[in-house]
Formats: sequence, structure tokens, C-alpha cells
Amino acid sequence: MNNIIIKTYPAPPINKKEVLRYAGGGNDDNTLKLLEECIKEISNALTYKVCYCELSSKTNKDICDFDIFQVKSQNLATNLKDCNKVIVMGATVGITLDRLIAKYSRISPAKALILQALGAERIEALCDTFCEDIKKSLKITLKPRFSAGYGDLPLDTQNSIFTLLNLPKNIGLTLNDSMLMSPSKSVTAFIGIQEV
Amino acid sequence: MNFKKYLQENVVYLDGGMGTLLQANGLKPGELPELWNITHPDVITKIHTDYFNAGSNVVCTNTFGANSLKFDDKQLEDIIMSAVFNAKNATTKSDGSQEKFVALDIGPTGKLLKPLGDLDFEDAVSVFAKTVKLGVKYGVDLVIIETMNDSYETKAALLAVKENCDLPVIVSNAYGADGKLMTGATPAAMVALLEGMGADAIGANCSLGPKQLRVVAEELLKNASIPVILKPNAGLPKSVDGKTVFDITIDEFADELADIIKLGVRVAGGCCGTTPNYIKALTEKTKSFSPVALCDKNLTVVSSYTHAVKFDKSPILIGERINPTGKKRFKQALIENDIDYILTEGVNQQEKGVHILDVNVGLPDIDETAMLKSAVCELQAIIDLPLQIDTADITAMETALRRYNGKAMINSVNGKKESMEAIFPLVKKYGGVVVALTLDENGIPTTANERVVIAKNILATASEYGIDKKDIVFDTLAMTISADSSAARATLDALHTIKTQLGCHTSLGVSNVSFGLPNRDAVNSTFFAMALSNGLSAAIMNPYSAEMMKTYYTFNALNNLDENCANYIAHADDFATTVQATTPVKAELNCSSDLQHAIIKGFKDKAAELTKQLLANTKPLDIVNGDIIPALNTVGIGFENKTVYLPQLLMSAEAAKSAFEVIKSSVTTDNSKSDKATIIIATVHGDIHDIGKNIVKLLLQNYGFNVIDLGKDVTADTIAQNAIKHKANIVCLSALMTTTVPAMQETIDLIKEKAPHCKTIVGGAVLTQEYADKIGADKYAKDAMEAVRYAEEIIAR
Repeated sequence: MNNIIIKTYPAPPINKKEVLRYAGGGNDDNTLKLLEECIKEISNALTYKVCYCELSSKTNKDICDFDIFQVKSQNLATNLKDCNKVIVMGATVGITLDRLIAKYSRISPAKALILQALGAERIEALCDTFCEDIKKSLKITLKPRFSAGYGDLPLDTQNSIFTLLNLPKNIGLTLNDSMLMSPSKSVTAFIGIQEV
Repeated sequence: MNFKKYLQENVVYLDGGMGTLLQANGLKPGELPELWNITHPDVITKIHTDYFNAGSNVVCTNTFGANSLKFDDKQLEDIIMSAVFNAKNATTKSDGSQEKFVALDIGPTGKLLKPLGDLDFEDAVSVFAKTVKLGVKYGVDLVIIETMNDSYETKAALLAVKENCDLPVIVSNAYGADGKLMTGATPAAMVALLEGMGADAIGANCSLGPKQLRVVAEELLKNASIPVILKPNAGLPKSVDGKTVFDITIDEFADELADIIKLGVRVAGGCCGTTPNYIKALTEKTKSFSPVALCDKNLTVVSSYTHAVKFDKSPILIGERINPTGKKRFKQALIENDIDYILTEGVNQQEKGVHILDVNVGLPDIDETAMLKSAVCELQAIIDLPLQIDTADITAMETALRRYNGKAMINSVNGKKESMEAIFPLVKKYGGVVVALTLDENGIPTTANERVVIAKNILATASEYGIDKKDIVFDTLAMTISADSSAARATLDALHTIKTQLGCHTSLGVSNVSFGLPNRDAVNSTFFAMALSNGLSAAIMNPYSAEMMKTYYTFNALNNLDENCANYIAHADDFATTVQATTPVKAELNCSSDLQHAIIKGFKDKAAELTKQLLANTKPLDIVNGDIIPALNTVGIGFENKTVYLPQLLMSAEAAKSAFEVIKSSVTTDNSKSDKATIIIATVHGDIHDIGKNIVKLLLQNYGFNVIDLGKDVTADTIAQNAIKHKANIVCLSALMTTTVPAMQETIDLIKEKAPHCKTIVGGAVLTQEYADKIGADKYAKDAMEAVRYAEEIIAR
């Protein structure tokens, strides 16, 4: 309990269909060629890092009490209703992708769009990999990931998550004044634990 | 004893981890450890004392996160005062007889700097400056900057130390398993940057154990002329029964580190997971070691935020294309503040294989300081090549050097007293390799000998400023042979003498030699070959010239600088294609409909090539109206009917843009300039996402609108001011997050007040028609095409 763990994963397989869906569709030869080009370009550019911590969880009406801090949110409370424990996690695929997106958005918006979509697919794939890993190793089932900004869970919950997990130091994930994360392809979330 | 002196003569032992010990004493996750200086001074003092008792020479104050972003002024002062007091208290409490020092500990702010994050470089300097001043006030002996995972933030911290005290400062970065910082810098790049700025020791700490950091330490030792620090974790963390434990024992830690000290590391300690017992084992194991002597590596090196470029046997190519001299299209880009054009020149030169980019944006009618700063910041955001800052304006030079994320090449100083007095202090403060022109108050000497005399004078003056000759590269000034047929010889002879007798590296602006002659490429490339044979280290040159690149690859192959001629062979085909391209292409195809086809299919290069051919006998405006616009319309309608998808729409838009670019650079008079509406586009304050904005901009440009892009995170005030200044017809605003919609509203309100003639279009992931109505926007555009259609409608009215 309360112990902060950092994990690095190998790259999960890429779901190209999902990337194209994020990019707004299209599977003509030109788009596919561009996608392959982007996949090649990011092949050594991404890191797959997760930092997490297990906390106790109690809910009372719209208050979620994690012992170390509390959050007021009816939606999260509903999500965590049957859970005594919760995982608080931060994940990122790293800053290099942001540089590539910045570069191509200046010289090739089409490529920037595909990279953006690829990044979205990558970070989701990382989160899925992490959840599968936790489920297997702890022999538990998990509730869906719930992030700050979903429903009535205030965005500034990010402050608590960042302080708890020390994300800048642990995985190089930072928060700006508007609660946006850098690297941009990153996720923080609460995940309710259901003991099997 | 003075720390600097002690460091020169001994292996210095730092302390070990603090966080682990605080947690053992009851610090909760999420609790701020810095506050414990005030609430638990006895615990903190005890930990420091234990480290001194274990043999540490230096303990670091418990101020890792003590900065003004996390604490208010009063709290910050209390924390630092208590922290220094606790550490000093430990120096007297410990019974260890070794030399003891207290270091002000500075960790990262936890924010990422612009452009990737939202913390401005100068704001970061100010944040660190506050911490430094307080540390100095309460009497620390030195400063340690540590666990920095970004080169730019490291620079900001070191600059803050240097500008606010004379204390010794040692700097340590957190390298990942790939041997690089999180933002990409290699150890060699960090050595270039930090040694250039005058750090007293540099190194690595945290993130990995001694075994994994050994490679990093070796790289640092290979490149640094100053002491190297290693302060690793107690191995790699692993989770056992829900607890984090490290994977090596105290003895293994000490053995590993002892081995690395034998290699030459001069400052050693531990980071996360290490305790006084680790330090004790380390000091006992190594106390009999005599420190490995420091030696000057004598490297001439510049760096970017990712890598170092060393001046060595293989010549260095410095791309000359970011320079308005004699380039009409470039001048136009500068006047229009078209940064994308400059960036494209940078990317293209990188693709051609240059190692450094020269950046010159001087024009009589523009604010060079602002332009140079913006060009440097934008270039280093997307291109990882070192930059050569090229300006005669000292204020512009300093502004650019300050913001530069690395050790820059500085172009230039010369033998005039005034020039040296202005430039050398900047080289000393910010680091850099400076190009020194062999001219002085009497102009450019005609003979080689006189140029060498000037070079010697420059070296002597530089050394008075503490600048070593390794940081000076001489340019013996290529002059055109069309005016004086002995000019090239004098340049080459001076070059040869400076390289062989003064032992300095050299550089030349090669292309000058052929000024006024026909077929300049032939003269340039032959002169380039001759200069290389005479010891030229670097050339400022045109990488688009196939002749020059041929000379470069051939010279390397012939000089045993290209193993198996691999590079030559890899590029031999390029030379062949260039030759082919110069033979006229028969225009027997139906270029007009081909151009439309190329744009619809999104073939960038083909669209540009076909436009070039069409221009031979078609008016530019006819190409635009007859081919480009109809092609764009086909794609646009397809997109609206959902038969064409966004990636395809963008590829077509890029192809159209490349066709426009050809037209723009071919048109000599100004009649290409759009008489269509002026549109201002920006991502609103607080939001740093710009991909959607860039898509809309590209399409609007394609349809001939005069688009002024203000970038991202732009304040309402700036947008309104520009709307007035440019008499804009439309302002397009983008926002991605609900939190930044209020900024959008504020902007719209201000535009309505200050520039009521302006229509507003809003878009972005978070927006809906409902939101748009609520904040009073004239139009909500769900995608780029809708913005184009609305803009056309406004113009038609």
C-alpha cells in the first residue's frame, strides 16, 4: 500500500485500424503509405512508462476518500462503489513524439495528423497493457479507467495525482497551468480494484 | 578549505538518498519533503550527520523541490533558511574529520519548458534565481543542480547560479536507460553545454544503478575536461510484496562505483535507495585511491539539445541557406514573418546532410533581435542540428545565445578591439565556439602572413577573457577571384598556417570565392576541395549544390574518412539524379490536368515539378485558377461528401502548397500577392495544441487567403492588436480544452470591442455550436473546409 512503482513496457503491437480511425478515416494507398512512414519514424522514439500506486478507497455519497487525499465527484464515486482499493496511475509515451508532431505540423500537416493519431493509439495501448499486467499479476479485475475531466471529476484533481506520484521526476510527465500534460500523449487515471 | 581547490586535488564524496530515509521516518506519499526542514529539523539534521559520519564531504540541503512555483516567498525563505541551518548544524555535530561542505540542492521545477511545456525559459531562470539567492544568503558553500532530465532547464538553472553568485556549482543530470536525457541530450551534448557555461563538475545521478550508468560515466569522462560526478541509485527498483526494493547489495554498489572511480570519476555519492551505509562502504572501499588526474580533452565542439558535433578530421558542413542575402523569396518570408518558410529551409538542409545550420535573419527594416530569437526558438523546437548564430547586432546575438538550447557556434568576432570587447564576454558567459575573421581596424590584409598575425592577436585577447583556443575557429576570408586573381591563394595559405602552426580549427564561407563569375558551382567546389586539402575544418556552404556535396563525399572517401566508401556509395545516386534533372524534360504530357491529378492524389514533389513546367508558358494566375483551385475544390467537395478523408485532404493541401510555393518564388513582381481577405489565426491563451489550427491555416492559404498565424497560447490582447494592425477581416480561434474556452470568450469580447469589423470563427475538439453561440462567435466551423466556405462567403458579401 502507498508504495509508488515505476514500470517500463516493451512497445505493444500497433493497431493500424485504430490509428486510422483517430486520424479521421481513409485507407487508400497514400494514407497507408504515410502511416507506414510514421510508424517507421517513431519506432525508436517512444518510451512506454507507467507510474502507479495503490490506495485504499471509500466512497460516501459524492466523496471519494483515498486516505491520503479526497476527491468530490459523484461519477467517480459511482465508478468506485464496490472497490476497497484503487490504483492511481500516470502513463506516457514520452516527449520525442511531441517534437515530431511539432515538426510536421509546420512542414507536413498530413503527417502531423497521422502522428497525432498514432500517439493516441499508442498511449491507449500502453494503458491497456498496464491494466492487463496488473490484472494478471494481482489476480484481480479492474474497473474502467477514470480520468480527471471525465464527468464531474474536476480537472484540478490532476494536482493531487501529480503530487502523489511525483510524475515529473518518476516518468518525466509534467502538468502545465491549464492542466494540460506534457508529453501530450499521456494519461492519468483512477482504476478501481475488484478482488476476485 | 575552498571547495574548488579541494575538488582539484581529491575524490569528493557526496551524500546518498534523502527521500527513502524520510519515508522511513514517516513522510507520506504526496507530502512535501522540503517542509520537513521546518517541521522535523531533528530528523533532517540527523540524516545529514549520518552522511558526514559515513564519510561524505558534501551534504545536499533538503531543498530538491524548494522553488517559487511550489512555495510562496515567505515559505521558501523559511524552508531554505532551515534547510541550510540543518545541514550546517550537521557539519559541527558529525565527528568525521574529513573536509565538510554544504551544497544548496536544486532539483527540476517539475514543469516542462516552452515550447514543449508552458514554462518560459526566462521564467525558469527567475525561479531558480530566487532559490540561489536564498541559499547564498544563508551561507552554503556550493550549489548542486541535480536530477535534471532536460538540457534546457539545466541551462536555465546554471545561468541562474552564474548570474547570482560566485559559488562553485556542480551539475548532474538524470539519464535514462538509453543513455540520454528525457528530452534527448547525450552525455557529450551536456558536457559541451555545461562545460561551455563554466560548471565546476558535471555528471549523472538518479534513475539507474551504477551498473547501468557506467556507460554514461564513460561517455562523460571521454568528453569532459572538468571533474565528472556519479551519484547512482541503489540499483534498479523492483516490487517485492508491494514494496519497492533495489536490486543490488551495499557491497555490490560500492564495488561498482569503486571501479568507475578508477576510470576517473572524481565526485561520487548515491541517490534513491542509498543510505549512509552505502556511502560508508563506498568511502572505505576507495579511501586508498589516488584521484585520476584531470586532463584537457582539447575538443572543439558545439551542441544541440540532442547531440554534440565535434570538429575533427572529417569536414563539417554548415548550411548557409537561412540567410536573406540575395534571396528574394527569403526576404519576403522575413517581412511577412513567415517562420514556416525558414523552418522548411532548415529541414531541407538537414535532409541534404549538413551538420550545423547558420541562422541569419538580418534585414534593414525588421526587428532583428525579435526575429532572431524567434527563428532560433522555432528552429530548435523541431530540428536537432546545432545552430550557428550569425548576426552583427550584439543585442540580437546575446538574446539568441541566451535562448539557445546547447552550445552554439557564434558568427562572428574579428580582430577589431570593439568586436572582441563585445563578443568575448558573451562566449565566456553562454559558452560557444566563435568564428574569428582575420580582419581588423585596417581591413582585410592581402597577404596570408598578415592574416595569421591578426589570428595570433585574437587568440591572445581571447585568453585574457579565459577563452581557450579550442573554442575559436578561424575564417581566413574567401574573397572573389574575379576581382583579384591572387585572392584564393592568400586565403588558402593563411588557412594552412593557422591549422598547422597555431593548431586551430578553420572555417570558410566558400561561395564568396566565385562572386561575379559564371558557373559558380564549378569554382566553388574546386576551391572547397583545395581548402579541405589545406586544412579546412568546416565550410559555410550551399548543401543544395550537387557539386559541393560531391566534393564533400569524395574528399572523405579519398581521405580514409569514409569506411568502405559507404557514404560515397549511398549518395552517388543523388549526384546521378541531379545530372539527369538538369537535362530538359520534355513537356509532352498534358501538364494542366496532370497538375490537378497530382494535387488530388497528394503528390507533393510531382505537383511542384509540374507547376515549374507549366510556368514556362502559362500565367501564374491561370495556373492557380485553372488547376490548383479546381483540384482543391474536387478534394474539398469529396471531403464534405465523406468520400475523401482528412489525411487525404491534407496531403492534397500540401501538394497544392508546394505548387503555390513554386509560383511564389517565380513571380518577380508583387501581383501574386493575394487581394483576398486577411485572416488571423491562433490557439487561445493557455492552450498549446495547434494541429487543428495548422490544418485550417493550410487550407485557408490554399484558397488564397492572406493568413497571419500568431501561434499557440496567444493572449486576447495580442490577437486583438494584430486584428487592428493587419485590418483583418476574420479571426480564427482554436481551443482544445474546456478550461481554455473562457480564454476564447475573452478574446472574442475584446475583438468585438476593439475591432468590431472582424468576424470570428471558432473551432477545436471541445467546441460545439452551442458553446460557440454562448461565447458569441460569428461562426462555429466543425472542420477546416467549413472555415474555408465561411471565409469565402464573407468575402463574397
